[in-house]
Amino acid sequence: MELMEETLTRLESHKTQEVMILMEHVNKWYHDFHVLKDIDLTVMAGERIVICGPSGSGKSTLIRCINRLEAHQRGRIVVDGIELTEDVKAIDAIRREVGMVFQHFNLFPHLTVLENCTLAPIWVKKMPKKEAEALALQYLQRVRIADQAHKYPGQLSGGQQQRVAIARALCMKPKIMLFDEPTSALDPEMVKEVLDTMIELAAEGMTMLCVTHEMGFARTVADRVIFMDRGEIVEQAPPEEFFLHPKEERTRRFLGQILHH
Amino acid sequence: MSSSPSLRPPVVRVDALRWLRENLFSGPINTALTLVALYLLWRFVPPVLGWLFFDATWQGSSRADCHPGGACWIFIGQRFGQFLYGFYPAEERWRVNLAALSIILLAVPLFFSRLPQRRRWAIGYFLFTPVLVWWLLYGAGILGLPTVSTDQWGGLMLTLVIAAVGIAGALPLGILLALGRRSQLPAIKIVCITFIEFWRGVPLITVLFMSSVMLPLFLPEQMSIDKLVRALIAVILFEAAYLAEVVRGGLQAIPKGQYEAAHALGLSYWQSMGLVILPQALRLVIPGIVNTFIALFKDTSLVIIIGLADFFTTVHRATVAPEWLGFSTEGYVFAAFVYFLFCFGMSRYSIALEKRLARSEKR
Repeated sequence: MELMEETLTRLESHKTQEVMILMEHVNKWYHDFHVLKDIDLTVMAGERIVICGPSGSGKSTLIRCINRLEAHQRGRIVVDGIELTEDVKAIDAIRREVGMVFQHFNLFPHLTVLENCTLAPIWVKKMPKKEAEALALQYLQRVRIADQAHKYPGQLSGGQQQRVAIARALCMKPKIMLFDEPTSALDPEMVKEVLDTMIELAAEGMTMLCVTHEMGFARTVADRVIFMDRGEIVEQAPPEEFFLHPKEERTRRFLGQILHH
Repeated sequence: MSSSPSLRPPVVRVDALRWLRENLFSGPINTALTLVALYLLWRFVPPVLGWLFFDATWQGSSRADCHPGGACWIFIGQRFGQFLYGFYPAEERWRVNLAALSIILLAVPLFFSRLPQRRRWAIGYFLFTPVLVWWLLYGAGILGLPTVSTDQWGGLMLTLVIAAVGIAGALPLGILLALGRRSQLPAIKIVCITFIEFWRGVPLITVLFMSSVMLPLFLPEQMSIDKLVRALIAVILFEAAYLAEVVRGGLQAIPKGQYEAAHALGLSYWQSMGLVILPQALRLVIPGIVNTFIALFKDTSLVIIIGLADFFTTVHRATVAPEWLGFSTEGYVFAAFVYFLFCFGMSRYSIALEKRLARSEKR
């Protein structure tokens, strides 16, 4: 763990001042329900952000707007210099830069682990099959699951499936990784293996946005913790400050609920 | 491994008497039902078997050889060629056989899942075989094969042509309609819904009738479309509407997360559908698809309404011909048997396919 923190601090100095994600006055409604209220957020390259908040606060919707799984209705979102609009080409270009890991893994059950990982490189990046397989095995090795490459997702445990899902996203060599509650559908004993994988990824300098209630993970890894409630960003701060000296009453109440359980 | 003894599951003894008591005589009502069933079997099975096999006439060359009291299968033997080929000229029938053989032999590599070039072979097969078969059957004078007009096609061969073309045409069209019905583009959605509801709302017999009687009225006089082609188009459009609804059922069963994961990876709409959604959705609805195919196979007999002599019509006509008058039971039993063979074959194949696909995911 010490070594990990050392790596993290070392990366701190390498961090460029390049803006990866820019959100300005982003608003979204589901019918009459205002899910995202005037969100302003800037994420720098290599930054690791944890987003927390009560359910229904709009945190998942926020990150799903970044790769257009949800469309925002007002405001601007710029990802790696490309503005998200109705333009399908822009959306495709952004999706190639942004990897996503879901709460329920969403692996393709009819494909083997290896095929899950090679599908997008082969079809989206037009990579030769052999090359894609070598790449996939390399990433599967990194999430320590290469020995299961020829199994089907249904034969793996939840933790293993989620690690495959991470490898699948990494095979597209994304610049940004989005995690939508990656551990909340897992049995408790499997949470650690997934978090460890994410911590390693963070140590490599990946830009990460992570919706999670794993506050230990937030403390170790995050550069910034964002607290959302009722569609707004209520408070954002580096983890020590966020956990020790929360400014807002709503944040304090939320932390009180999740930390003293 | 450990010292604690592992318990074996209790052994269930299979005992004939016990099985009888549990399954057939477990109470007064079951006992009564068993006895009634046994009586009915004893009453009906021997005479039917006797008629079909033991008292039947198998050898001979005319109706004079038929014994009374049993079926006379000479009739079927004598007319077998007609049942298979209709009025296809006898000296050209080798072309039908060759077509059937090439369909089967060229398909063999598709069943070896280890073959590296299997996908390429499949594409080639579905593009090339129809052309080859059309050339063999129709000829059109190409490479010296004389034309055999579709009026002369008939019998089982015609039934198989209609069923195969119907299936091969209706499935892709049905898939497109199902996707269109779920499209977010209103124009496409409305067109697909209208199409599906229209064809589902009209009986096939009406569609066939209209294709042969009404359609020529709307077309310019010098333009005529072959009767068989019109029937084929009618069957394809009609069955596609049914298949579309079957496939839509499968599409609805796929969780939203699968679409999201495909999109998040950057797959396009058609890639997501073709690589992620449809392979799963079609697998789920294999029973429904095969059900539609079986119905289609039997519905081909309706082409009699526009004057095409399919397998059933050929058999029927043979039974009313003067030289074999009075042997209609043999004819219809034989027709039923042949239809059953094909339909049961499709059913068994679909079960085997389901099992194989389920196994590949679980093991």
